[in-house]
Amino acid sequence: MNKPARGSLLGIEHLDTKEIVGLLKLARRMNPQKARPLLRGKRVVLLFYEASTRTRTSFEFAAKALGATTTLVQSSGSSIEKGESVVDTGYTLRAVGADCIVMRHPSAGAQHLMATHLDIPIINAGDGMHEHPSQALLDAVTILKHKRSLTGLQATIIGDIFHSRVARSACHLLSRFGVKITLCGPPEFVPDVAASLVPGLRVTRHIEDALRGTDVIMLLRVQKERLAGQKIRLQDYIARYQMTTARLKLAKRDAIVMHPGPIIRGLELTAEVADGPQSVITDEVHNGVPTRMAVLARAMGKAR
Amino acid sequence: MRTRPEHDSLLIKGGQLIDPAAKINAPMDVLLRDGRVSEVAAPNKVRGTADEKFDARGLVVAPGFIDLHVHLREPGQAYKETIASGTASAAAGGFTSVCTMPNTQPVVDTAEWVSWLRNPERGAAVNVFPIAAATRGSKGGTLTDFSALQRAGAVAVTDDGKPILDDDIMRMALRLGAELNFPVVQHAEDTRVTEGCSMHAGPTSFRLGLRAMPAMAEAIIVDRDVTLAQQIRESRLHVAHLSTSDALKAVRRGKRAKARVTCEVTPHHFTLIDENVGEYDTNFKMNPPLRSASDREAIIVALADGTVDAIATDHAPHALHEKQVEFERAAFGVTGLETALALAITQLHREHKVPLARIVELLTSGPARVFDLNGRGTLARGSYADVTIFDPKKKWTFDGASSRSLSRNTPFDGWQFTGKVVATVAGGKIVYHM
Repeated sequence: MNKPARGSLLGIEHLDTKEIVGLLKLARRMNPQKARPLLRGKRVVLLFYEASTRTRTSFEFAAKALGATTTLVQSSGSSIEKGESVVDTGYTLRAVGADCIVMRHPSAGAQHLMATHLDIPIINAGDGMHEHPSQALLDAVTILKHKRSLTGLQATIIGDIFHSRVARSACHLLSRFGVKITLCGPPEFVPDVAASLVPGLRVTRHIEDALRGTDVIMLLRVQKERLAGQKIRLQDYIARYQMTTARLKLAKRDAIVMHPGPIIRGLELTAEVADGPQSVITDEVHNGVPTRMAVLARAMGKAR
Repeated sequence: MRTRPEHDSLLIKGGQLIDPAAKINAPMDVLLRDGRVSEVAAPNKVRGTADEKFDARGLVVAPGFIDLHVHLREPGQAYKETIASGTASAAAGGFTSVCTMPNTQPVVDTAEWVSWLRNPERGAAVNVFPIAAATRGSKGGTLTDFSALQRAGAVAVTDDGKPILDDDIMRMALRLGAELNFPVVQHAEDTRVTEGCSMHAGPTSFRLGLRAMPAMAEAIIVDRDVTLAQQIRESRLHVAHLSTSDALKAVRRGKRAKARVTCEVTPHHFTLIDENVGEYDTNFKMNPPLRSASDREAIIVALADGTVDAIATDHAPHALHEKQVEFERAAFGVTGLETALALAITQLHREHKVPLARIVELLTSGPARVFDLNGRGTLARGSYADVTIFDPKKKWTFDGASSRSLSRNTPFDGWQFTGKVVATVAGGKIVYHM
């Protein structure tokens, strides 16, 4: 076992604040429309053990916009299906000449395992319920397009925090800049222990309390089967936690509404909120490519 | 005149004898002859002669250690460990007797398999006492033939690795055990709430995004079992690898009510906590999982105050390929035979001021009582010639790769310890010498 290679991005938690600031600055300078062949000749493998639309395509476009070649490896139709271990798949990809692996995996820590066995940078594109660092970075980029600075803001995250790698990464990033974070949802989704994640985190069961005076509202997808698994009635969840136009009025007038997607209209938010003037949901998707360009450029030592 | 085999008698001279069962903690010489303790006397006062002498000056001489909980993986998983390799590891750790768990392939649920384990052909370096399955195939449905298993040499029954979950099956097991004076060992885990979980539920599991086992999943089963043990006269309940403060409360309740309830604690649970999992280190994954700091503190108090009957390793070897995988997919378990004494001395004695004699008790007479291993766990005259000689002050560094176990899944690789086994004598023969 070794230390992860330089340029790896396994999570926000262990990333230096200086590095985060650097990545955010770089992301804002990246322009997907203007080709910048920083990574010409580099081979980026997109290794996806789990389904993905947004993250996969934006990493692929990002790599291509920087001049790298990409290849997609998915669990079905590869040796993974035949029982090859994560580490062996990594050794194989390294041996065929991968310079960097962007990896999504349903099991928390799988990227860490890969990174401690390979000498090339590993980018975590989501590991189980653990972290989704590039999402947190693009969310910060999105917030910074609407707010002057992160410091002093109030953010509210509503929904299934327990299962959410997006929420964990967001908390790590925002708290680093002094954002006051409130988590809101039923105890099954927001257990009390969630408050221990970062300093100054608050947990509340009441959406009105969570929204009052907030600058940033982050909604999370709620899976119906998880509600059923926790014996929460769908109607009750909607009644207590759905983001509606009326509830949005409790937040600051210039509050923004975010969602990592995919959104389920009529469940965690109404269509009016999703399409309303305060929604920045499509901006987030849009910011995905330049943010991931920054992540890839840093990974391969071209972060200028 | 009959010619005697080599090393038939051994005089251990000049050591500090700690034999809690005999209430001895003094400089004493010990003479072993024909597989038994023949004489224990003040220094230089032994009258009999010996073929061989062992100079134990500056060392502690103790009854041979007994481990109530080891997985030696035979039959069926010799790639992880064999009886020969596992008992060699036991000898290096000072254990002269080990009780083997039945969750092998196949499960040890018949008298034939119990006899197979005890067969000298297995090449055991120390005494092997099989624990047999409590239910057929350890599936939790039908009780095994306790009486036949006991006659074949099993010292207890358990479905270890899994709990005996069903209330009625547990009640019947305790009732049958009561008739036969046969302990029932429980792996206390409410598997209805721990499915798919890979560590202890707390801030660390939340941070790592791992599904996790609440402490309550252990306590709720121990609580039920203690209640049953109190109701069923003469029944004997032994709680394996107890890890939580709430489970301890249940055990204390049973002991106060004079129920025959005993429990064991592992060195990793009195040493480590959930935070030590770090960044998904699979050598810190075991079941029960490493618990909170307050659980660990409660366990240390219970080890010191007598609530806990024995230190047991739950030595659980696994091949590298079973550990070098995603945390959630990695096998549960760590090796422990060669680090147990060192952890007890370093953590309990030096750090928490538990007297050395109490530590020896937890490794000898304590476990001997739990499974009625008569003539073991003491060096009283006539006892079996099982002796562990250790240096309580020796500083050393554990190198996992040098272990005698076939597996390397230890969380303590590279740890610096105080206290080391110098020699192990089983049945009058030196089976390990540093």
